[in-house]
Amino acid sequence: MAYITANELVLGYDGKEILEGLSFEVNPGDYLCIVGENGSGKSTLMKTLLGLNNPMGGKFEWGDGLKKTQIGYLPQQTIVQRDFPASVGEIVLSGCQGRMGLRPFYSKSDRALADKNMELMEIKEFEKNCYRELSGGQQQRVLLARALCATEKVLLLDEPVSGLDPKVTAGMYDLIEKLNKSGITIIMISHDIIAAVKYATHILHLGGEIYFGTKEEYIASSVGKRFLSLEGGM
Amino acid sequence: MADLLNYFSYPFVKYAFITGILIALCASLLGVTLVLKRFSFIGDGLSHVAFGAMAVAAVLKVSNFTYLVLPITMLCAVLLLRAGQNTKIKGDAAVAMISVGALAFGYLLLNIFAKSSNLSGDVCSTLFGSPSILTLKENEVWFCAGLSVFVVVFFLFFYHKIFDVTFDENFARSCGIKVDAYNLLIAVITAIIIVVAMNLVGSLLISALIIFPALSAMRLFKSFKAVTICSVVISVICAAAGMLISIGCSTPVGATIVATDVVVFAMCVLIGKLCGRS
Ligand SMILES: Nc1ncnc2c1ncn2[C@@H]1O[C@H](COP(=O)(O)OP(=O)(O)O)[C@@H](O)[C@H]1O
Ligand SMILES: [Mg+2]
Repeated sequence: MAYITANELVLGYDGKEILEGLSFEVNPGDYLCIVGENGSGKSTLMKTLLGLNNPMGGKFEWGDGLKKTQIGYLPQQTIVQRDFPASVGEIVLSGCQGRMGLRPFYSKSDRALADKNMELMEIKEFEKNCYRELSGGQQQRVLLARALCATEKVLLLDEPVSGLDPKVTAGMYDLIEKLNKSGITIIMISHDIIAAVKYATHILHLGGEIYFGTKEEYIASSVGKRFLSLEGGM
Repeated sequence: MADLLNYFSYPFVKYAFITGILIALCASLLGVTLVLKRFSFIGDGLSHVAFGAMAVAAVLKVSNFTYLVLPITMLCAVLLLRAGQNTKIKGDAAVAMISVGALAFGYLLLNIFAKSSNLSGDVCSTLFGSPSILTLKENEVWFCAGLSVFVVVFFLFFYHKIFDVTFDENFARSCGIKVDAYNLLIAVITAIIIVVAMNLVGSLLISALIIFPALSAMRLFKSFKAVTICSVVISVICAAAGMLISIGCSTPVGATIVATDVVVFAMCVLIGKLCGRS
């Protein structure tokens, strides 16, 4: 059964529509890339899926026994985070908050999970370091480790490589691919259409024309051809 | 020195001293969160509201001011939070309106209705705190102590949730944390802290008590836990030093504590700069 089924979804804020007629499906193991111009509503879609925003119409469902709170989320970076005094360990551990309920303190297994994910993301050595003093790529890996603490099944990533240099970007893509191969479903917003068609299994194109299909279908479609030649110079 | 020791032989002085330290402790606890969440404006607005509420209480001759001031300030905390979460500019304007309005009405009310012969003295002590910690009344001391303990327990119990909600609201929401409820709780606790601290430093100086230790600690430490602990330590030391100085030199207690906080902040900035460069 599908993890997400969206049917004729309408997105917007305060009664103002941004997007309508959005239908797609995400199945376990998929790697979905959401592409489209700035302001086309990619982040809004992600927030709606997470329940941070209410859809204005249509509906979507999380299936397969998946709860909204069992999803790992990597938000687009905000300004507050950048000058926040917090150590890497504190931030990664906070990914376990979903399973805490009203329990006031973290358990041994929470700490073990945080350790495991820090090792997986190769940031264990920075555990005691200050988040704001890390490089952009390291910061993103911290947030990815936090997201992994929140889920074993689905990751929602909002522009995980924006602002990173090409080499770090490639490393980040490799990590995400590795996670996908290990069975985690990936839903990623990306500016980078070349990488999207390289790694993804499915593409959701927003803005102007909405298109949803497998990567191969997208490349062959008129929307895909136009966008690829525009953004990717192919 | 002998004078000081003499003072402490009165049990009541000890209680007052302990209360002062408890107040400083809980005022600094939420400081980090308020600064980082850009909520400090709420603290400032609320302290003015508390002054207005105090004036109303004086006019109505309520026996213990706190019983009236606390609920009013809590209510305004909720209102200010709501206003602040709307569009940015409107929120700021709302805070300014409420806080300046409360100040003006408070002073007006006192002027028109209060029969006290020493009006400016009364106003001054509500704005800047009791001239001396020794003029605190006994029931006020116990009330402050009780509320302080409540705030500390609350903070310990919700420490991780407060971190989550402060660091990344959206992520916390995606994990199913009731962010709005916690924001509300933080605003209400801020109101409690302000009402409690008003007895010590007066309504105009409260923001300083809340914010300075946090800002000082942020110059020195880089993890949330270390910053929180450090700001508590700084706040408690400054309060203790301030109270001792104020007893010794008979200076007004609130202003002395805040002045100590400012000096420590300047020192922390300096230390931070030196360590940052080496
Ligand atoms: N909190 C908000 N309230 C109102 N409008 C918003 C809000 N966030 C984004 N928008 C608007 O919604 C549109 C889509 O934004 P967004 O989803 O962030 O785009 P993308 O992530 O694709 O760049 C933009 O026009 C933006 O101005
Ligand atoms: Mg976006």
